[in-house]
Amino acid sequence: MAVITYRQALHDTLRAELSRDPNVFLMGEEIGVFEGSYKITAGLLTEFGPERIRDTPIAEEGFVGAAIGAAMLGLRPVVEIMTINFSILAMDQIVNHAAKIHTMFGGQSKVPLVIRTPGGGGQQLAATHSQNLEVWYAHVPGLKVVVPATPADAKGLLAASIRDDDPVMFIEHLALYNTKGEVPDGDYVTEIGKAAVMKQGSDITIVSYSRMAAVALDVAKRLEEDEGVSAEVIDLRSLRPLDRRTILESVKKTHKAVVLEEDWLSYGVGAEIAATIQEGAFDYLDAPVRRVAAAEIPLPYAKPLELAALPDATALVKVIHETLDATRFRG
Amino acid sequence: MPPAQKKPGKTSSSGKTSRSAAKTLGSLAGESPKRLRDYYRQMQLIRRFEERSAEMYQRAKIGGYCHLNLGEEATVVGLMDAMERRDYLFTTYREHGYAIARGIEPGRVMAELFGRTTGVSKGWGGSMHLFDVEARLLGGYGIVGGQLPPATGAAMAIAYRGPGGPDTEAVVCQLGDATTNIGAWHESLNLAAIWKLPIVYVIVNNRLGMGTPVEKAAGEPDLYKRGCAYRIPGVRVDGNDVVACRDAMKEALRLAREERQPSILEAVSWRLRGHSVVDPAKYRTKEEARRLHDLDPVAAYRKQLVEGGIADPAELASIDAEVEAQVHSVVEFADNSPHPSPDQLFAHAYATPVANAPRELPGDPLLSL
Repeated sequence: MAVITYRQALHDTLRAELSRDPNVFLMGEEIGVFEGSYKITAGLLTEFGPERIRDTPIAEEGFVGAAIGAAMLGLRPVVEIMTINFSILAMDQIVNHAAKIHTMFGGQSKVPLVIRTPGGGGQQLAATHSQNLEVWYAHVPGLKVVVPATPADAKGLLAASIRDDDPVMFIEHLALYNTKGEVPDGDYVTEIGKAAVMKQGSDITIVSYSRMAAVALDVAKRLEEDEGVSAEVIDLRSLRPLDRRTILESVKKTHKAVVLEEDWLSYGVGAEIAATIQEGAFDYLDAPVRRVAAAEIPLPYAKPLELAALPDATALVKVIHETLDATRFRG
Repeated sequence: MPPAQKKPGKTSSSGKTSRSAAKTLGSLAGESPKRLRDYYRQMQLIRRFEERSAEMYQRAKIGGYCHLNLGEEATVVGLMDAMERRDYLFTTYREHGYAIARGIEPGRVMAELFGRTTGVSKGWGGSMHLFDVEARLLGGYGIVGGQLPPATGAAMAIAYRGPGGPDTEAVVCQLGDATTNIGAWHESLNLAAIWKLPIVYVIVNNRLGMGTPVEKAAGEPDLYKRGCAYRIPGVRVDGNDVVACRDAMKEALRLAREERQPSILEAVSWRLRGHSVVDPAKYRTKEEARRLHDLDPVAAYRKQLVEGGIADPAELASIDAEVEAQVHSVVEFADNSPHPSPDQLFAHAYATPVANAPRELPGDPLLSL
């Protein structure tokens, strides 16, 4: 098991899948000669050539739709959209077509398409380049939406996504590319649709995904060492399908839950988790389910403003304390 | 840009036909009478299928939206006859006739309109979303322009798999006149041009969006010219001329297959009724409506066949009777076909099964906890 970055894990998996299956090819803006905005595809053009590492014009609707058509004919395109913010330009093709074609035509066509795209804030990229839009896609039946938090899941979920016969939104995070972690060697596939318990605990459940899952794990370890609080951390890994069972099993054990998410609060992932917990574990709850999410404002550029808007470890610790305190008062 | 295509010149006409008959025949001269009669049969089949569809809609056998090919029969039959079985077809939501002319059993098309399990899309798509993987009809698409990027990508897949040649596959992407104003059109043309894709974009120009005339919506109303920004050639044909449509399509497909040159084919056609079954088309002037009567391609073709000595009225009447009986049984087949069972609701949710896929019905508890 090697320790590599999230970026390296993505790169190595793309390379392995390209080598494994001649139907797999990559397309996107500046992924070839320029090697990708975030260098995930570095070196692949030289190795696989311009047919399989296909630079596209700036035309998200056009090239995402073209990937759908290629997938309908049996190829396995892996599209890179430079950031999730630009995926909005391809929304018609993703929501009205990729998500519908298999079902709407009575199961006659598969759409084995992967759309890789990074989201997230915290890079001072200002309002239009810092969004967490994964919940938009997670709302749509017909899509699968995965949100890896670790280098190991970057590898395992990407391999699973490429080998899957349905359209998969594979949502990366800008702030995770340089993070390191242990990654299993060889062929390694992580099942889509299953959450991971990153850390076992008995006092409170923290539910999160993507970069915030890493923050949650960090906080949980710290609280254990400093305060003896035993927090269980669940990394959703997949937003559609959502592994409700793992969340509920945890809450039935800890009786308390906090959701940490980088998207906006209203109508967000946390709202879905909270609804799941209140329906599935109402009698087990000792405190209201709290959500720690982004402030509801287009993300600002200036660092103090950006920091104020984004959820972080401090906010999570505060809410965990408040939740634990609430149960003590009641007890 | 090349000028609008002239009708293909015929060097010889049937020796049996008189001079005046040959003049009447126009582009039909030199064609096999058997084939011309078969075109008539197909046109009449689409005509009667669509008229019966309108009736069935009024009787609430068909739901949702329902757009008819009435007035476009010559275009549809000509275009489809030029395609090979191996070619792929993407269409708009006005596609019943295309499915039939592509060789799909008309009963399965009507059954789809009726929302039955025997329908081409098993009742999942309805009128706007006909699909048949065997016939390589890769979808009617309900979103205007939605089919353009996927069709372009299908052509990309063909190019990915090998070089061009006379026996290779090509893609036909049919669209309406108003679709040439959306972004996906321009993005698709650009991709087809830079990647040299084997695709023909067929614009069926019925001169109206829903009710908006082409001239009010398009900066370049000569739609076949709209590929010029991408160096994509275009030709315009009379959509009421079945042979001209077929020949222009054959040449466009040759370009696509052998030269990997994408092109535009504009067929000028007339929609005989409203945009959809429920549209009374009040935006048409009386003058226009009168003119439409003269532009009915089925009536005009019938006249041409009789006056050109290709078929006598009795022969055509017997074709009509056969078509009538066929359409009768088509409707009967659809009506007698089973409705999909609600327990099949999740049958096509995903192609690859996945853990924790939701299967709750409205009102069900989550996970049946």
